Amino acid sequence: MKNNGNGKKVLNFLGNNSVPILFILICIVCIPVSGFSPSYLINEIVTRMGRNIFLILCLLIPIMAGMGLNFGMTLGAMAAELALILVSDWQIWGIPGVVLAMILSIPFSILLGALCGKILNMAKGREMITSYIISFFMNGVYQLIVLYMMGPIIPIKHTTVKLPRGYGIRNSVDLFHMRQCLDNLMAVRIGGVKVPVLTFLLIGLLCLFIIWFRKTKLGQDMRAVGQDMDVARDAGINVERTRIISIVMSTVLAGFGMVIYLQNMGNIATYSSHSQIGMFCIAALLVGGASVDKASIGNVFLGVILFHTMFIVAPKAGAIITGDSMIGEYFRVFVSYAVITIALIMYETKKRKARSRAGQQLQLAQQEEEAAANE
Amino acid sequence: MNETLDKSNLNFRERVSEFVAGFGLPRLIIAAFLLLLFIAAPFVGADFWTQISNTINRFSWNAVMVLAMVPMIHSGCGLNFGLPLGIISGLLGATLSIELGFTGPMSFVMAIVIATPFAVILGAGYGWLLNKIKGGEMMIATYVGFSSVSFMCMMWLLLPYKSPTMVWGLAGKGLRTTISLEGFYDKVLAKILQIHIGNLSIPTGTLLFFALLAFGMWAFLHSKTGTAMTAVGSNPTFARAAGVNVDKMRLLSVILSTWLAAIGILVYEQGFGFVQLYMAPFYMALPAVSAILIGGATVNKATIPNVIIGTFLFQGIVTMTPTVMNSMIHMDMSEVIRVVVSQGMILYALTRKTEATK
Amino acid sequence: MSNENAPLLEMRNIKKDFFGNVVLSDINLTLQKGEVLGLCGENGAGKSTLMKILFGMDVIRETGGYEGDILINGEKVSFETPFDALKAGIGMVHQEFSLIPGFTATENILLNREPKKKNVISEIFGERLDTLDYNEMTGRAEAAIEKMGFSIDKDMVISNMPVGHKQFTEIARELSKEQLKLLILDEPTAVLTEREAEALLESIRSMSAKGIAVIFITHRLHEILSVCDKVVVMRDGFVVSDVPAAKTTVSEISKWMVGRSVSSGTSRDIRDMSDGRTAMSIRKLWVDMPGETVRNVDLDVKEGEILGIGGLAGQGKLGIPNGIMGLYEAGGTVEFEGKNIPLNSPRKCLDASIAFVSEDRRGVGLLLDESLEWNVAFPAMQVQNKYLKKYLGGLISWRDEKAIREVTEKYIDELAIKCTGSKQKAKELSGGNQQKVCLAKAFALEPKFLFVSEPTRGIDVGAKALVLEALKRFNRESGVTVVMISSELEELRQICDRIAIVSGGKIAGILPADRPSEDFGMLMVSMVK
Repeated sequence: MKNNGNGKKVLNFLGNNSVPILFILICIVCIPVSGFSPSYLINEIVTRMGRNIFLILCLLIPIMAGMGLNFGMTLGAMAAELALILVSDWQIWGIPGVVLAMILSIPFSILLGALCGKILNMAKGREMITSYIISFFMNGVYQLIVLYMMGPIIPIKHTTVKLPRGYGIRNSVDLFHMRQCLDNLMAVRIGGVKVPVLTFLLIGLLCLFIIWFRKTKLGQDMRAVGQDMDVARDAGINVERTRIISIVMSTVLAGFGMVIYLQNMGNIATYSSHSQIGMFCIAALLVGGASVDKASIGNVFLGVILFHTMFIVAPKAGAIITGDSMIGEYFRVFVSYAVITIALIMYETKKRKARSRAGQQLQLAQQEEEAAANE
Repeated sequence: MNETLDKSNLNFRERVSEFVAGFGLPRLIIAAFLLLLFIAAPFVGADFWTQISNTINRFSWNAVMVLAMVPMIHSGCGLNFGLPLGIISGLLGATLSIELGFTGPMSFVMAIVIATPFAVILGAGYGWLLNKIKGGEMMIATYVGFSSVSFMCMMWLLLPYKSPTMVWGLAGKGLRTTISLEGFYDKVLAKILQIHIGNLSIPTGTLLFFALLAFGMWAFLHSKTGTAMTAVGSNPTFARAAGVNVDKMRLLSVILSTWLAAIGILVYEQGFGFVQLYMAPFYMALPAVSAILIGGATVNKATIPNVIIGTFLFQGIVTMTPTVMNSMIHMDMSEVIRVVVSQGMILYALTRKTEATK
Repeated sequence: MSNENAPLLEMRNIKKDFFGNVVLSDINLTLQKGEVLGLCGENGAGKSTLMKILFGMDVIRETGGYEGDILINGEKVSFETPFDALKAGIGMVHQEFSLIPGFTATENILLNREPKKKNVISEIFGERLDTLDYNEMTGRAEAAIEKMGFSIDKDMVISNMPVGHKQFTEIARELSKEQLKLLILDEPTAVLTEREAEALLESIRSMSAKGIAVIFITHRLHEILSVCDKVVVMRDGFVVSDVPAAKTTVSEISKWMVGRSVSSGTSRDIRDMSDGRTAMSIRKLWVDMPGETVRNVDLDVKEGEILGIGGLAGQGKLGIPNGIMGLYEAGGTVEFEGKNIPLNSPRKCLDASIAFVSEDRRGVGLLLDESLEWNVAFPAMQVQNKYLKKYLGGLISWRDEKAIREVTEKYIDELAIKCTGSKQKAKELSGGNQQKVCLAKAFALEPKFLFVSEPTRGIDVGAKALVLEALKRFNRESGVTVVMISSELEELRQICDRIAIVSGGKIAGILPADRPSEDFGMLMVSMVK
């Protein structure tokens, strides 16, 4: 009996963590095949952790408020890019440039986040598809600003930033003088692995903030709103406002995260940097074992490590196995989308299961009673 | 005298506001914008009839894919963001038809024939999935589309295609990103009964083909099964209480939609002249979704006129903005306008409270 | 200002109508500090409306407010929102739980009233960033549970709790409000086990001893007698009696609940069909319909009769037709004309010529966005292939718009449906006319057996008479067996031959319709769960 219980527990554990386990298996298979040296791998993963974790952490807050995966985090990324373009045009480099870009991104993020939150309040119950479409819509507006308004309306001076035609921003804005300035400050080398201590400190700070935030009144309200909007409203919580705040916070943090991300990359792909970022962050979070309605800081760290290990080794492993280097590239894209698809399906089926389980329990109780009555 | 004038004025104003409410403000703005573009076209040196021809041409390429939205909206599955799945069936049909050595008009017919079983099987699986997750269709549809496109990216490389017109010349394997249809079914429909008057050219065959499918759809919606499908979308509980198998109807609608998407991409290719593989089908659902919404459909109601009006308005803007706007303000803002209009329209439809049933 | 001698609560001449439909007339009530008042009455008697007025619920204001005065400690009050009522010391535990499933009992008890601590960040960004004071929260929750006198685990997450403990969590939440003077409990024992119900009564006594007044709404009359100081019985929007609990009995209360002052016309042509053939025989039916659970029901319906099924709300009368027709999960056996009808399949019932008019007009009964034509013809078209034109040897079946219009117009005439035409959308009709469309839909199926659930709910008096008349005519002229489910006993007595009363999910008894209403009243409360 006890054994059986344990067996069930193991099965449950496997079932609940199927996605991370699957990824561990993929990594176990692909790492030796790819033939990368451990020090190279660790170096890459540490770099990518520094680059991505801050961005992914910003997804936790809307999940707490029951608004699902915030596909609208792209808005924060756009805000950060706008800020960085301006900062690099003003030729403010190094740490001051990074700090200024972060500060400058805040008003943009608040504006975009509040707008996004307002729209999502009008589309309750289908937040995810709506935030997804908002990110597309805003991408159009972003292009309008960057491609046409920067130059004639918003003054841009430097030719390294501006397109030769006289207005609009180049496809790629070089952040050479800002490149990895956060990462290099206080960086430590441990056995050939460069650890960007300052970046990790910032990430640690954000983690502490999130843990602390859960214990605040606002955090408590968000959790309440996330679980049952009607009950929260009956208790006097301003549901709409709380939801907007959660999106604004997420957007602002995404803006900071994007500045960290771009200073590590060393250049802005003006028209594409933000477009995939939401998808990759969400995929990484889900790989770490998070679901649409539940995610923890642990999920973020595990997700980044697993997802990016796969990302690094898949092309090489794919090339060695199939002889075609593109296969691995496509494979990792496919995996990212498939993970999100599976997570969404599991979330929806779980919702339905919860409903039907209530019915089954009732039925069972009746049958028992009936049996008792018949005896 | 004055009084009657006032009265007619009031009536007029009432009628206008009623018209606006019925037609929808965004639609009205888009229609007015397109009209403005047409009026402005001759002034900026663009030939009016060429513009009209372009618009009609693009209409004929895209209309079937927009039509593919109709069944799923009718059965209450919402907007089919999973359109790429159907497109993949179409692409499989197209490439296999060429691989098997069919040429000319026959290659088009065979492409449809081969695409059909793929569309039915993929559509059935997709429909089964959507029945499991009622209420969350649209988001999952989007990602099913994305996953399937990226999965097929690997397949295009791995499947043992041999035809020299399609595979990479050097490697001798793996399909090219674009495959020319010359000698296959390039413009096969468009050439049928094509009309040329001066600069105006009308691809009559393609339009007739669309008309045939649209008529088929209209007829289907008037049949017993079609009626049941509409009722399922309107109120699934009512339909269930009336003895209709709700899941079966939804499944059927998804298969139909997927099949129409497969046909839609083939029609698109015959007009465009190329087969586009790999990431090309990725974002093809969004223009079709916004086109039908621009045409007046909502998340749970759509008609054939919605398809026709929507495709015309949407494709009109897509074709007209680059030429007209370019010459007017010397900036190519067409991409931005297209994105803002189409995504804005989808957002508008998603946020309307009256339709928040799904 | 407050008058020490004034009663805690006084309601004077309360009147309320919903768009001309009077639901409360001239209600007077007084309640002293620490007094326990038992409020009972059939559903629709006006209890919940009265409590909604007292609690300042939005729905009252949205439907035009109320007449009369509410006085608390002798002072006139007017609550705009439930929050005003809360401030004045009124707490209410609703029938539906208002709890956050993933929170602990403590978090729920103090929901949105959590004690907070200031910190550096909240000084800058405002008090919503104050941290929660968990020690203080635990203390207050413990105090509230202590006050309630029934121990629940304050750290247990709500979704893991047995249903009874959820109810107690709600009560503890109200008790944790320091200003609480009056607690309204709306059928709190409905979800409790016997032992828990006993504990609840005990805790009501202890609240009363601490000076908190309680209004206790329940259908379990013996509970009222055991815990209340006085009993108020409502019927049809009036207070029919207001007596000390010690001076009355269960049978007297149930008589007040159902008895009519004016004996309205019962069916004059009641038929005794006990010798007739059995049309439908139901054995061991259970139905899992939330809030209307049916347990182990045996019932025989005679051919050609009109059988009424009555009972209080939530006792399971609605579950019977919904379960048989396959709309909710059900088990047991149902035989119709000697043949077994498979459950959980609406189509099989319809194929066997059984039709159903649902109580949920808008949810189940109608295609609101479609025309009357579709609404009337749809089931007959789908089930019996009526109103279809066949082409290509039956391969294609097309809607016959003409036949559909004809049948719709026929029923528009017959049932006097007020509409602009057969193409009008169903959602544009009034409730009564919508109900007639639902009947037309069932009539168009030309069934042998018809379930009609709450046919007169939410429609005005004139339409009521018409609907009942149409049903009776349908039964008499076409010989159709009708089973009508209604919470209004008088209505059942008007057209039915026999009436079965459901109580606690079971059939409590079947009586001829001309028996005095007190007999039915006793059956209604006999097995209340």
